[in-house]
Amino acid sequence: MLHAIEAHDLRKTYPPAVEALRGVSIAVEAGTIFGLLGPNGAGKSTTVRILSTLSRPDSGSATVAGIDVLRDPTRVRHSIGVVGQKHGGAPEATGRENLTLQGEFYGVSGRELSRRVAHSLERFGLAGAADRPVKTYSGGMQRRLDVAMGLLHRPDVLFLDEPTTGLDPEARVEMWREIEQLAAEEHITILLTTHYLEEADRLAARVAIVDAGEVVVEGTPDELKSGLEGDAIQVQLSEGDERTAQAALERVDGVSEVVVEGRTLRARARDGAAAIPAVLAALEAGGAKVAAASLSRPSLDDVYLRHAGRAFAQAGVGDEVQA
Amino acid sequence: MSALRQTWQVFLRSLRVLVRQPAYLGITVLQPIIWLLLFGALFKSISRIPGFTGGSYINFLTPGVVVMLAVFSAGWTGMGLIEDIEAGVMDRVLVSPVWRGALNAGIVAYGGFVILLQTAIIVLIAWALGADYRGGIGGVIVMMFVAALLGAAFSSLSNAVGVLAGQRETLIGAVSFVQLPLTFLSSALMQKSLVPGWIQTVSKFNPVNWAVEASRSAAMTQTNWGLVIERLGLLAGLTVICAWLATRAFARYQRSL
Repeated sequence: MLHAIEAHDLRKTYPPAVEALRGVSIAVEAGTIFGLLGPNGAGKSTTVRILSTLSRPDSGSATVAGIDVLRDPTRVRHSIGVVGQKHGGAPEATGRENLTLQGEFYGVSGRELSRRVAHSLERFGLAGAADRPVKTYSGGMQRRLDVAMGLLHRPDVLFLDEPTTGLDPEARVEMWREIEQLAAEEHITILLTTHYLEEADRLAARVAIVDAGEVVVEGTPDELKSGLEGDAIQVQLSEGDERTAQAALERVDGVSEVVVEGRTLRARARDGAAAIPAVLAALEAGGAKVAAASLSRPSLDDVYLRHAGRAFAQAGVGDEVQA
Repeated sequence: MSALRQTWQVFLRSLRVLVRQPAYLGITVLQPIIWLLLFGALFKSISRIPGFTGGSYINFLTPGVVVMLAVFSAGWTGMGLIEDIEAGVMDRVLVSPVWRGALNAGIVAYGGFVILLQTAIIVLIAWALGADYRGGIGGVIVMMFVAALLGAAFSSLSNAVGVLAGQRETLIGAVSFVQLPLTFLSSALMQKSLVPGWIQTVSKFNPVNWAVEASRSAAMTQTNWGLVIERLGLLAGLTVICAWLATRAFARYQRSL
């Protein structure tokens, strides 16, 4: 199997002692979308910065498009496109000027460049705004320009660092369609980072969940979900001690992995529907009153909970600190 | 070839910023006029100081104002790079295979272009005020070129500090810290023989003074070509070193990420 991206044991510490990466290894099959999923500060962006030659690891090695990232960064740069977390377009310049400058930086010029610029403005729905300064663009338009700039030199590998963060739902769905199309029709390998579980689930053929600088689990979204036995049970207590309730739940037959988070208990059950009455009975016997109970098929959120030991929503998503 | 084209593109990007902001363009054109009139009025009586041998005040002052303008306008080019770092433009540019030298050279070329524009205005106004260019048109062109060369060195240095510090405050501090002292430690506004001995000594090592003396000799007197060529050589060497530093700064910035 041909890997478009291979990273081996990447480590990076920022002074004084922030361990951003503690040994990240991933392998991405050519022509597929790979999702790096994790909360802010997990090390996703650091991984992308290293693989895209912007930054260097303290140790470890990586190849992108078969080229060594550390030994031959210039050749890697010709083969990759990068869409960073921040908008990369020069705000004072127009969309056309940004694309032209980008092309020249990659050695595309002359008539070929103007042809590609016109084509990509058309393709990303920016033809009407081509000669307006980028600072007048909406968030969705700027993001489309970012992707257009990342693709202008026809890279083999595209890095998308949180491509839909800050977009409204409509623009997000539009961006998803665009990304799916890129992988399906143009066979570009895409490494996508996201902190939206839904996004990784929908787009990525394989997902690696990153937490605190390490890959905690990797697989296809289905593999990860089916690795979880049975259903997810969530119970909210209105009265009673959580620890007693936890102990009571752990004694119920077929229920496992009971986790307490504030007033919420999460657990897994082989057969959720059958386990619910027993769960409620056990809680009542333990002196706890239940405010609400719910049952769901496993989601990537549950995968994250299981491997990172905390719910995704608790892991600092939305917290602006980046590492 | 692609290095030149990339430099040209970076130059164009800066130039568009200037051309598209009428107020900015207006200030850029107005500044040299005000400087020359203001300094002219302030130093009008300089020619009456005993021991002053520089001829008319306008002849003496014009090369000084030309060089000052180069120092003060080129010192700020690093600001644009700081904006690029903040906006995310820098990271996008640095993952491309663009020649890093073009990122500095394009901005330096733009800085030089603005200096040529501003000094041309000064030259014309001074001429209207009675400046006597004894060095002829050739001398005037050399003066403008010297100013642009000094500006290139300062602009590169400003770019290097901007990329390395990444913060406006640091660049503003550094630029303001050097501009006035370097100007006053030169013969831009006062004849060399009329300043204290220690300033005369220090000024020998001051690039601003190299530029002032070369400009004055080229444009306003029977040109001393030996001196002009020596000073041009020193300024060119300094510019190359500063441009190298600025180009290296991008790699240094990447190592900090």
